[in-house]
Amino acid sequence: MIGTRRFDIPFARDGSVRFLPWLIALMVYLAGLALAGMLLLNTALGDWDRGLAGVMTVELPPDTDSATVQPVLALLQATPGVTAARLLPRAEVAKLVEPWLGDSAAVAQLALPRLIDVRIDPSHRPDIPSLRAKLVAAEPGAMLDDARLRFDRLFDLGRSVEFTALAVVVLIGAAAILTTIFTTRAGLAVHQNVIEILHILGAHDRYIARQFARQALGLGLRGGLVGLALAVVTLAAIGHAADVAAIFGPGLRLVPSFMPLPWQWAVLAILPIAAAAIAHFTALATVSRALARLP
Amino acid sequence: MRGGMPWSATMIRFENVGLRYGGGPEVLRDIQVKVDAGSFHFLTGPSGAGKSSLLKLIYMSERPSRGLISLFDREISALPRRELPPLRRRIGVIFQDFRLIDHLSTFDNVALPLRVAGESEAKIKDSVTELLTWVGLADRIQSRPPTLSGGQQQRVAIARAVIGRPSLLLADEPTGNVDDEMALRLLRLLEEMNRLGTTVIVATHNQHLATRMSQPRLHLEAGQISLIPFEKAAP
Repeated sequence: MIGTRRFDIPFARDGSVRFLPWLIALMVYLAGLALAGMLLLNTALGDWDRGLAGVMTVELPPDTDSATVQPVLALLQATPGVTAARLLPRAEVAKLVEPWLGDSAAVAQLALPRLIDVRIDPSHRPDIPSLRAKLVAAEPGAMLDDARLRFDRLFDLGRSVEFTALAVVVLIGAAAILTTIFTTRAGLAVHQNVIEILHILGAHDRYIARQFARQALGLGLRGGLVGLALAVVTLAAIGHAADVAAIFGPGLRLVPSFMPLPWQWAVLAILPIAAAAIAHFTALATVSRALARLP
Repeated sequence: MRGGMPWSATMIRFENVGLRYGGGPEVLRDIQVKVDAGSFHFLTGPSGAGKSSLLKLIYMSERPSRGLISLFDREISALPRRELPPLRRRIGVIFQDFRLIDHLSTFDNVALPLRVAGESEAKIKDSVTELLTWVGLADRIQSRPPTLSGGQQQRVAIARAVIGRPSLLLADEPTGNVDDEMALRLLRLLEEMNRLGTTVIVATHNQHLATRMSQPRLHLEAGQISLIPFEKAAP
């Protein structure tokens, strides 16, 4: 084959070419971890939210007898938006406190409250203040516990962490742009002689800019794929470590296993493409602007 | 100023052109010159006289500090950058140090002017192969410039300068790196191209070589230019 050149500009002799893929790899690696954490948190918050959105608990004094419970159950079952209401047997309530108090006979002697597990339709939630007032009217000792309201602040905190992770990804993107600008400017200085020859031979600025952009695209994609691969390996290692730790006790699982959904894999797979696109368009703009300033 | 061609349309015109680099002194002052289409001129003068600077103004690598330059009937002194490439493609330039791109093969170096002009690869392959065969480099088509001899590099540089069939051929000290015999052969080749219609300007500090050819001289000295017509030596 006669025409064998890939680039008119000898990028292979340019030191910045060796560094840019590794810098991009590092950025994509960090962005991958931040994004994976964000997706994981998003999934966990979503699951938690869906779980809590469909559940409420009515707490009655320990000495409440069945005759008193029945009107409360009837009231709940007649409330629009409530799909089911069930009085938990005392043994089941004791099971709930077992992780904290153990299963000794003494627990059975405790005056544990009577609990009614209430299931609601998340899309048609009952009017909570009105329901609370009716319950108190029916049984003065009744307390309605809407877990969702209790955990609202926790959800807010989770969303803040998600937003912070997103901001980190955006900042990493900005750092990638700056890195590409400085690398491209260094390349322009190194290859000034060849660029001048190309101009003398009649090359348009965009012909030269496209060569820099094509080079940056390849380097960005290569670095991005390496960074993503390292991020996936790290996430798998963290997930595996968490699984191993969980063998020694449920409380030792510090992070859940990262098993991304298909759309989450797609989001992560976009990272190297985005890195390559950032490098490509940044190099194109940087070279075009620099050449436009020449006499 | 007339060369060997029967027409006299002006190809290059300098009017009161001055050139200075940065805040330095003027290296060219009040240059007034006309070069007709189809002519052949030597551009002579001592080292540092401004020969290369004058050529740079013609191939638009530099802009004049003052004055007007007309090329191919276009005023180019203040032409927008985007309009320069089509004009540059009508000019072939041969440098003293050849300025070949070392990492590209002989083929790719010669193909560059066609590639930047957007020619098809099929046409590039045919044209470049034919020209390299003509200059005797068919067997070095994939060689890189550092592996070629000085004479071979010069032929590659010439092939690159003429592959686009330029209307104007500029040579900046093309004989500087070769012996006298090779220099004369090169100048005969440039004369042949001139006979085929190309306007040629050859910058050289070797006045002895210039006087051996039957061509007029543009002489630069102390930043100013003068015409020395060719005069046959007395018998």
